[in-house]
Parts: sequence; C-alpha cells; structure tokens
Amino acid sequence: MTFQDALQLARPEVFLAASTLVLLVWGAFRGDKAMGEVSIGASLALFVAAGLAAVSPEGTAFSGGFIADGASAFGKVAIYLISPVAIYLGDRWLGRVGNGRFEFPILILLAALGMGMMVSAGDLISLYIGVELQSLALYVLAAFRRDDAKASEAGLKYFVLGALSSGLLLYGSSLIYGFAGSTHFDLIAKSIEGGATGTGVLFGLVFLICGLAFKVSAAPFHMWTPDVYEGAPTPVVGFFAAAPKLAAMLLLARVLSQGFGTALEQWRQIIVVAAFLSVAVGAFGGLAQSNVKRLLAYSSIANIGYALIGLSAGSAEGMEAVLVFMVLYMIDVTGFFACLGALSRDGKPMEQLSDFAGLARVRPGMALALTALSFSVMGLPPFSGFWAKMFVFKAAIASGQWALAAVLLLGSVVAAFYYLRLIKTMWFDTAPGQTDKEPLDAKGVALASALFCFPVVLPALAVLEPLAKTAASAFGLK
Amino acid sequence: MTGILSLITFAPMIGVAAILALRAMSAGQDTAVVANRAKIVALVTSLVTLALSVFLVSKFDAKDTGFQFVETVTWFSGATYRMGVDGISILFVLLTAFLLPICILASWESVTDRVLEYLAAFLLLETLVIGVFCALDLVLFYLFFEGGLVPMFLIIGIWGGKNRVYAAYKFFLYTLLGSVLMLAAILAMASIAKTTSIPDLMVFKFDPKVQILLWLAFFASFAVKMPMWPVHTWLPDAHVEAPTAGSVILAGILLKMGGYGFLRFLLPMFPQASVYFTPLVFAMSVIAIIYTSLVALRQVDIKKLIAYSSVAHMGFVTMGIFSGNAQGVQGAIFQMLSHGVIAGALFLCVGVVYDRMHTREIAFYGGLANRMPWYAAVFLLFTMGNVGLPGTSGFVGEILTMTGAYHVSTWTALAATTGVILSAVYALSLYRRVMFGELVNPKLAAIQDLTVREVVIFAPLIASTLILGVRPGLIFNLTAASVDHLVGAYKAAVGG
Repeated sequence: MTFQDALQLARPEVFLAASTLVLLVWGAFRGDKAMGEVSIGASLALFVAAGLAAVSPEGTAFSGGFIADGASAFGKVAIYLISPVAIYLGDRWLGRVGNGRFEFPILILLAALGMGMMVSAGDLISLYIGVELQSLALYVLAAFRRDDAKASEAGLKYFVLGALSSGLLLYGSSLIYGFAGSTHFDLIAKSIEGGATGTGVLFGLVFLICGLAFKVSAAPFHMWTPDVYEGAPTPVVGFFAAAPKLAAMLLLARVLSQGFGTALEQWRQIIVVAAFLSVAVGAFGGLAQSNVKRLLAYSSIANIGYALIGLSAGSAEGMEAVLVFMVLYMIDVTGFFACLGALSRDGKPMEQLSDFAGLARVRPGMALALTALSFSVMGLPPFSGFWAKMFVFKAAIASGQWALAAVLLLGSVVAAFYYLRLIKTMWFDTAPGQTDKEPLDAKGVALASALFCFPVVLPALAVLEPLAKTAASAFGLK
Repeated sequence: MTGILSLITFAPMIGVAAILALRAMSAGQDTAVVANRAKIVALVTSLVTLALSVFLVSKFDAKDTGFQFVETVTWFSGATYRMGVDGISILFVLLTAFLLPICILASWESVTDRVLEYLAAFLLLETLVIGVFCALDLVLFYLFFEGGLVPMFLIIGIWGGKNRVYAAYKFFLYTLLGSVLMLAAILAMASIAKTTSIPDLMVFKFDPKVQILLWLAFFASFAVKMPMWPVHTWLPDAHVEAPTAGSVILAGILLKMGGYGFLRFLLPMFPQASVYFTPLVFAMSVIAIIYTSLVALRQVDIKKLIAYSSVAHMGFVTMGIFSGNAQGVQGAIFQMLSHGVIAGALFLCVGVVYDRMHTREIAFYGGLANRMPWYAAVFLLFTMGNVGLPGTSGFVGEILTMTGAYHVSTWTALAATTGVILSAVYALSLYRRVMFGELVNPKLAAIQDLTVREVVIFAPLIASTLILGVRPGLIFNLTAASVDHLVGAYKAAVGG
C-alpha cells in the first residue's frame, strides 16, 4: 500500500488535523473575538469529517496501525456529529459567563481527532496516541474556566488521575509487547491462539483494561468522575460524558475482540466484575447526592456498567448492543447537560437538587424534557434508554450470563430511585421562585434530545440497529 | 378491519395532542375556561374510544379460538409491532374504554389543579393499558406494561393526598422491581425461542427446568401488579393517596393486568411450571383471601378498607386461574371484569363523600342514609356486589372460581369460602358505620345527595353490575372458545 492509499483511508482524520491547524492560526491572528468564526469553522470541519468517514473505503493503513472498517466509520460519524453540538453549546455558554476564548472549539476538535484515532487504532501505539490526544484536550477543557477554583480543581484531578491511568495503559502495553512480541492487535491474537495465554500477556491485558476502564469511568476506576463532573463547565461535562465514552468503549471492544478474542474467558471475568461494581457504585453512590451534576456522574458510572455487560457477552450481538447503547446514551446525556446548562435562577446555574423544586410549574417545557430524559436514563420503556438496556441485556442473556443480567437489572431499580427523586422534585414540590429565561441554544438542544428519546427513537431504531449490526460485524466475532 | 386495534390503542393519544395544542393556543386565557374545554376534549376522546371498542366487540368472532384483528409490522430485528385480541383480552379492552369516560367525569369538579396535565395523563394511561391487552409481541407488551408506570406515578404524586410522595415512590419501585425480572425472562425467552411473538411462544415448548425460572420471573412481576399477598403492601398506600379517578383506574384496570398476564403467559407458555407451583399460588391466594379480609375489618379509612378487599378479591382470581380448568379460568376472567366495575364504583362512592367532606375516616360519618338516600342505595348495591350477593356480578365470579378450585383442591376451596363470609362482615360493617344510625356529626347536617353528574357516572356501573349478575352469558359467550382452547392446551401439555 502506498502512502497515498494510506492517506485515503485516514482522510477524515487528516482533514480534521489540517483544519485544526488552520483554525488555530486563524484564531491566533484574530484573537478571542474570533471565537464565533472558529466555532463555525470547527463545526463545519467536523461535519465534513463525518461525511468523509461515512463514505470512507475500508482497509488497514500505516502497516496495520490504522484501521478503517465498519466499526470505525460508525464510531467516527457518531463522534463527529455530536462534537459540533458541544461546540455550539459551549461557545454560547462560555460567552454568557464571559469566558469566550477561541481555544475552546480548537480543543474540542483536537479531542474529536483523538477519538477518531482511538476508534481506528489497530495497534497499541496508535491506541495510546489516540487516547492521549483526546485526554490532553479534555484535561484543558475541564479547567477551561481557569479563574474558577472548582474548575481548576476538576482539571487538576482529572489530569493527575488521567496520567496515572495512562501509566497503567503504557505499562500494560509494554508487557503485552514483551510477551506477545508485537503491538498489532491481530499479531497479538495470533500469538495467543489456542488459548495459550501466557501470564505476562494476561498481566498486560489486565493493566490495559484498567487504563481504559479509567477512561470510560467504570468502577473501580471511577473516583475522578463525580468531582470532575461537578467542577468542570457544564457544556464541557456534557461533551466528555458522551463522545469520549463512546470512543473508549469502541476501542475497548476492538482491543478485546481483535487482540484478545481468543482469550475471551479470561477478560470476560474482568469485564463482568467491572460491570457489576460499576452498576453497584453508580446505583448506591447516586442515592446520597444532592448535586445534580454529581448525581449524573454516578448515573454515568452505572450506565457504563450496563455497556460493559454487552461487552462481556463477547459476541457480535453484544458488540452491536454496545454500539446502540452508547449512541442512545450519548444523546440522552447531551440533552441532560443541555438542560443543566440552560437552567439558572438569578444568574446562578441550578445544580442542587432542591433548585429544581416545582420546575414543572415554572418551566413546563424544560421539566417535561428533563422528565423524559430521566425516565430514559432510568431505562423505562418506551424511552430510548430502555432500548439501549434491552439490547445489552439481551446479548448478555443470549451468551448465558442471565444471573449477572438479573442482578444488574435489580441494580437499575435502586438507581431508579434517584431519577425519581429528580422527577418528584420537579413535579410534586413547590417552586421557590421564577427561574431565568433559558437561552435558546441550550433549550433547543435539550428539547431536541428529549424528543429523540421519545418518540423519535422508535422509528430511529429501525435505522440505527442495522447500522450497528454492520458496524459490529467488523470486529469479527460470532 | 386491520388497523382497528391500533386505532383504539392510539385514539386517546389524539386527545392528548389536542389538549397540548389547546394549551399552546390558549396561553394567557382564563384557566377555568381552558380547563373546561380540555375536559370536553378528553371526554369526547374517551367516548370515541369506547364506541370503537364496542364496535370491535361487535365484530369479534366468538367462535374463533385464535387471535383476531391481527396487525404485524416488522420493526427491527428483535421486535415486531404485533397486535391482536382473543376472547380473553378483548373484554379488558372494553373494560378500559368503559371506565375511562367515567374517570374523567368523576374528576370533573374534584380536580382543579393542573387540569390539562391531569387529563393528558389519564388518556396516556388509557393508551398504554389498552396496548397491554392488545400487544402480541413480548417487547411491545413490556413497553406498554412498564410505560404505564409513568402516568400513574404522576397521577398519584401530583394529585394525590397528604402522603402522596411516599405512595408514588412505593408504587413505582415495587412494580419496577417485579418488572425488571420479567424483562430478564423476556430476553431469555427471546434468546431461547428466537422469537418474541406471543402466539408463537404459546406453542413453543420450553424445557421444564427453564420454565421454572421463567415462571418465577414473570410471576414476580404479575404478583406485584395483581397484587398477591405478601407483595400487596403498595396497593393500600397507592389507593389511599391517589385521587378518586386514579383509584378507579388502579383497582379497575391496572390490577387486571396481573391476572391477564397469568392467563396470557404463565399457563400457556410454562404449563409444567404452573402445575409445579399451583400449591404455592393456592396457598398465597387463600392467605390473601383470609388475611387481607381480616385486615380490611380493622381499617379506619374507607379507601384502605376497599383496597384490602381488592386484594382479597384478587385472591379468588389467582385461585381460579391456577385451578387450570374451564370453570376456574372463566370465573377468574369474570371476577376480574366484575371487580373492575364494582371496586371502581366503590371508590367512586368514596369519592362522592370525600369531595363533600374531604375526609375518608369511617368514624367521621354515620347516618348518611338520612341525608343521602340515593347515595345510600347506590352504595348498598355495590357493597352487595362486593360481598358477592347472587344477582350481582360479584357472585358469578366467586362461585365459579371456587368450583374450579374445588376440582383441584378441596381444602383450598373450603378455605376460600370463609373469605366470602369475611367479606360480608367487613363490607356490611362498613356500610352500617357509614350509612346507618343517627346523624351525629353536625358537619354532615347539610350534606347533599347525588348530583346529576354523579348519577350519570353511576348509572352505567349499576346497569353492568346487575345485567352481568343475571346474564353472565354475555361474557361467557365471548370468552368460552378462547378459554376452552387455553385450558385444552394446558391440560394436554401437563398430561391431565
């Protein structure tokens, strides 16, 4: 394969990287007043990249380090389409709090580029590059309001713990390389064929999974999540609760199925434990929260647990379920944080649970949207979250893990309590006073994603499900 | 005729859309006027749905044992939109459509807060409940079954009494806990049988060992919904706190989803497991009948008393269903329909005095018959129906379920008969304490008898209680073929 052909396969990423640099220079010359222009440019670049990814040819490039297949195309389209929403919301939000800087869209672009690399990674090195590019951009984004103590704390915490996880990831990679003799996923798979998994490779695998579990905030590597969610700017949280998780989940799915598909029985145990712990931590940890952003952090931990159940099935059906789950969850969570970004009282953002008292009376539209999103994340039919859960549990049960599925479904009942508490606060309690008028941008996104979670999801599933199925077949599992 | 079931199911949603449009258009107008318009919209919608359901029943071929008016649309791999009714489900559709206009009329004056949302919640609930009875796909069934939690949670929580938040939580979490196990079972069935179509699953033979687990999972959900002792404790709370119309829906229809589930899933799909667990169900039914009747005896709140009596009556239903013979099953279906009408009517009776006095304490009342003769007569009729007096519809179901159970287990039937006596004790003593005696409480001196609206509400309920009491054949003609088919298949499967 010539270099030209390789570039063909990596066209979306090459395009994104080039646009990022152009926009960066543009912003540097024009200063912060260019934020609007840069935002528009960045969004356009992402849309183009999504289009390129959708029609991208399939194959491997850069001697196996970069894979373009159905799964990567699926992931990229989802990531590149959700990122402009984050740019749009963040641009307006930061403008309102007087912190509009043109680096914001650039950082989102870089993060998206990193995620694009993650879903296309074909060996441990491009895996690491993708993860780091994405993480570094996100660390800065978390601390984007640099004069805000909480945001700085969030950024620092995220960075320190993120660095630790990168260390784990690297250590695991080096062990795998040392014992398997290659960094390429398919060569690793060859070296452990026939179940002859050496202790060294297994050790490496455990570290690798730990590192990635940190990125998706699966228990027991979830500790950073509540603090970072609470401190970071709301639209930024909305972004990194959505797209990076999808990217990391896809990456995990690829590593496990293409690199370690033959060691299914070994890694399944780890994933099952992580899934169980995540749901338990997410369900019980959320019960005591009074801050809605922290509550959503626990909710995301629990939801990642559900996604991991799909992964633990170790089948094509399971991978498909993970893809559907992550896309539906991503839309839910974007809507949720858009609501939080939209709502404020006397100029102060509403973050405490008690702030939401009586919202149904004061802001019926927003309350309805939040209610639909809550029921959805809870997993109640007919909302999108139910379908997401249904797919993963179906895959898990089909692979014989019915006991785990039953236990974790019971966990979802515990978690249901805190979503119900939010709904109860909005509908049953009396309002302490008027809220500020919501900005149109956040309100629009919130209502749109609420409408997606019901009823648009019902016809949308008929489209999404076959797409995910094709994408998941790229992993080559049965 | 294809499409009529979807039309009936989603007709109430048109009303919801109209109410939402009304709300959007009439911003800033007098809320009372808008509320009145919304009430009329809701009432008309529910009456149209009722008319459609009556039409459906008239077109129903009672001799056909299979599903009729079937609609099938492939949705995505794993779920199909499949609807259809048979002799067992069609009457529940009718019951739902019948009670809904009554609920809306019953709330005409008693609900003043957020009326539009209230009506929308009721119509949404109607769609979901009718959907439960029409769904012929497991996933679709679960969607409707579970979706019903949302409007009911809001109805109890927003328009309920003092302790409504607790009751709403309890209702929601209890039901959800049962249902998620059912979801696990549904997914397991889908992966074993490779289909989610209910008609296909009814003839699919599951391994008896697997049946046991699936049976337990489904049973957990339906037993909570029914509710059976010992998972009935959410019901009294929910009933007491819910607004009158909410209680009517709850007792009248939502509880029947449990019994319907037993008939639709447990008996035909897991016959061996059903036989295996019959003693357990009988024991739970008998305990429910006797224990909750005794509990009802000690209640000081009228609604709570009726709520416990509902649990006892549902005990007859479960006993009848699991007797596994035609009498028992026919009786159970009849009992569910009749209880839907009678318990609904009793809650409406409580609503009548609650609207006037804002208390449901039995001790507060006494001697009402002096001031409210018509009300006393109506209440008496439904009390008698609740006791199971021959001539009312309450009698037919009880006698048939007991006969059915007698064939299988004499002792169970014998123990259940004590429930009939106990129900007379608590129901009549309630009636005596509320209606008879001197009117001592001075606050009751000016209490008004039934208004025209209330008479309109009660008239169809009275008529159906009496007509079904003397002409139970009206129901049995419709259900017979399907029930015989169900029982025949069940007996063939278990070899008896």
